Amino acid sequence: MKLFRLLRSNSWLLFLTALLAIVPLLFPSLAFVNIVSEMLIMAIFAVSLNLLIGYTGLVSFGHSAFFAIGSYTVGIMLQKFSSSLPLALPLSLFCGMVLSGIIALVIGFFCTRLTAIYFAFLTLAFSQIIYTVIIKWEKLTGGDQGLVGGIPKPAVQLLGLSIKMTSPFNLYFLIVVLAIVSFFILKILTDSPFGWTLRSIRDNSERMNFLGINVRKYQMIIFVISGLFTGLAGGLMALHLSGAYPDHAHWTKSAEPIFMIMVGGIRVFAGPILGAIIVTQLSAYVSKYIGVWGLIFGGFLIVYLMISREGILDVLTSKRRRLRKAKF
Amino acid sequence: MDIGSLLHCFADPGCITVQLVNALIIAMILFLVASGLTLILGVLGVLNFAHGSLYMMGAYFTYTVMKYIGNFGLALIIAPIGVGILGVILERFFIRRVYGLDELYQLLLTYAFILVFDDIVKLIWGIFDLSVTMPPAFRRPPISILGSIVPFYYLFIILVGALLVIGIWFFLSKTKFGKIINAAASDPEMLMCVGINVPLVYTSVFALGSLLAGLGAGLAAPLRSMVPGMGFAVVIESFVVVVIGGMGNILGTFGVALLFGLMRSFGILGFPFFEMGFIYLLMVVVLILRPSGLFGKLRI
Repeated sequence: MKLFRLLRSNSWLLFLTALLAIVPLLFPSLAFVNIVSEMLIMAIFAVSLNLLIGYTGLVSFGHSAFFAIGSYTVGIMLQKFSSSLPLALPLSLFCGMVLSGIIALVIGFFCTRLTAIYFAFLTLAFSQIIYTVIIKWEKLTGGDQGLVGGIPKPAVQLLGLSIKMTSPFNLYFLIVVLAIVSFFILKILTDSPFGWTLRSIRDNSERMNFLGINVRKYQMIIFVISGLFTGLAGGLMALHLSGAYPDHAHWTKSAEPIFMIMVGGIRVFAGPILGAIIVTQLSAYVSKYIGVWGLIFGGFLIVYLMISREGILDVLTSKRRRLRKAKF
Repeated sequence: MDIGSLLHCFADPGCITVQLVNALIIAMILFLVASGLTLILGVLGVLNFAHGSLYMMGAYFTYTVMKYIGNFGLALIIAPIGVGILGVILERFFIRRVYGLDELYQLLLTYAFILVFDDIVKLIWGIFDLSVTMPPAFRRPPISILGSIVPFYYLFIILVGALLVIGIWFFLSKTKFGKIINAAASDPEMLMCVGINVPLVYTSVFALGSLLAGLGAGLAAPLRSMVPGMGFAVVIESFVVVVIGGMGNILGTFGVALLFGLMRSFGILGFPFFEMGFIYLLMVVVLILRPSGLFGKLRI
């Protein structure tokens, strides 16, 4: 009954699932599957980062670290143990998540001691350390080149069925399922009392402290959760690209989801998802047909920051709220 | 780790000289870029990610002046001024609007300019590596110091760099304008009350910071090739220096730039795996223990 109510209040997620599942069945196009996979992966990344930026008010500028840990863990595990372990693929994704979570616990422990811009600086410094380690630890990570030679994708045994993961369509459905499940879990989390506590910490952490809330504990918990799901996004990216690259840890990768959050909407759960859709689509078409992606996207961002500073869904929902108020 | 080769180097005065000269070159150029960044951060409170792109523009301006006029001295004047003008445009029309806003918007705005500048460079100068040939005045036989050979241009950079360090410090701490900048960093409202045009001070600080980045790029041009996208590496290095040295602290920035140069040139012998890692580790430790920087902040 409770689940039913949750599903009804999040009907847009069901709609999204249906759309993502049906379209490739009707029109099996490889290009569509590729771009939607990337879109969903970046959407998971952006949504989990927005737990910190939008909900808790902590601007992490080093989330590429967790993304890279996820992607390298999956890549390395599958390259080394894909034949010796049963369920190697789900296991490697799980390990990528857990490892990202553990590193997030360590990094979060230090970062949550700082506030505002220092928090951003420290997360950036940590992510640069991870980046250096990835570049320099050539034996394990392949250094500059990244994990080359492709990542084997062993079949997943499920209910007696053997699902071949080498097929891009099956991989696509795996990504869809994991993305929707992640969105659903995180949506429930942000609607829970825990989620509302985070919002209050964002708005006035001092007052929350007075009320007896251990602010740092909450910040650390959400930092770890965010790290877990960013690790999942990274792991899926490794599967999608069939490789893990130092790019994933570079600080510019931390900026991408922030763009998506800002464009889509920072105060609405689905904002980062919409942002991921817009940015990846624009990027694909502009770089394909015009070629000056940076100039156009950068220019767009500048104009947007000069004019409104609110994401698309922020504007829409605040208008709706205002209309509702006007009726009373 | 390769401590052996590091110890080996310490036993040889020639090797020490070469590495020291390298360290000083890295430090001088880094200082010029980072001092601009730290001024902007300390006075305006904006972390300017586009600072690396301003450096890049400086390098390309130098290239163009060298190509059409061919006078390196002139290039060292025109390129920094060009970058300074670019800085004025940036500040007056864009960055001014995000003062005092959430740092997220400042990060995004300046980051967006990196993308824009990179593509502008690609459109005008192309995507391939470009380099400036050594100006004829410096094509002299290298100088021999303690049995090691040091190119003439290296000594020139060290000399000019040292003069600039002293000059910047003198300008900021002894002149009237420097004192106004100091005051703007600590209390802009009070400064406004005593009748000083604070927005103008802000614009000129931004212009000065950009000019310094352009100057660093001009000096580095004969040594380092340029590519679109080079700003990313430059800004992150100078950013590390600024954070460790203390935001707005010019002498601290110089000290850390020196440390950075030494770590790079000697560290690459002893710890070829992790010489950069140590610098980021130092940044982490400083941020955790003394967020205001190793040498404190806002004391120019």
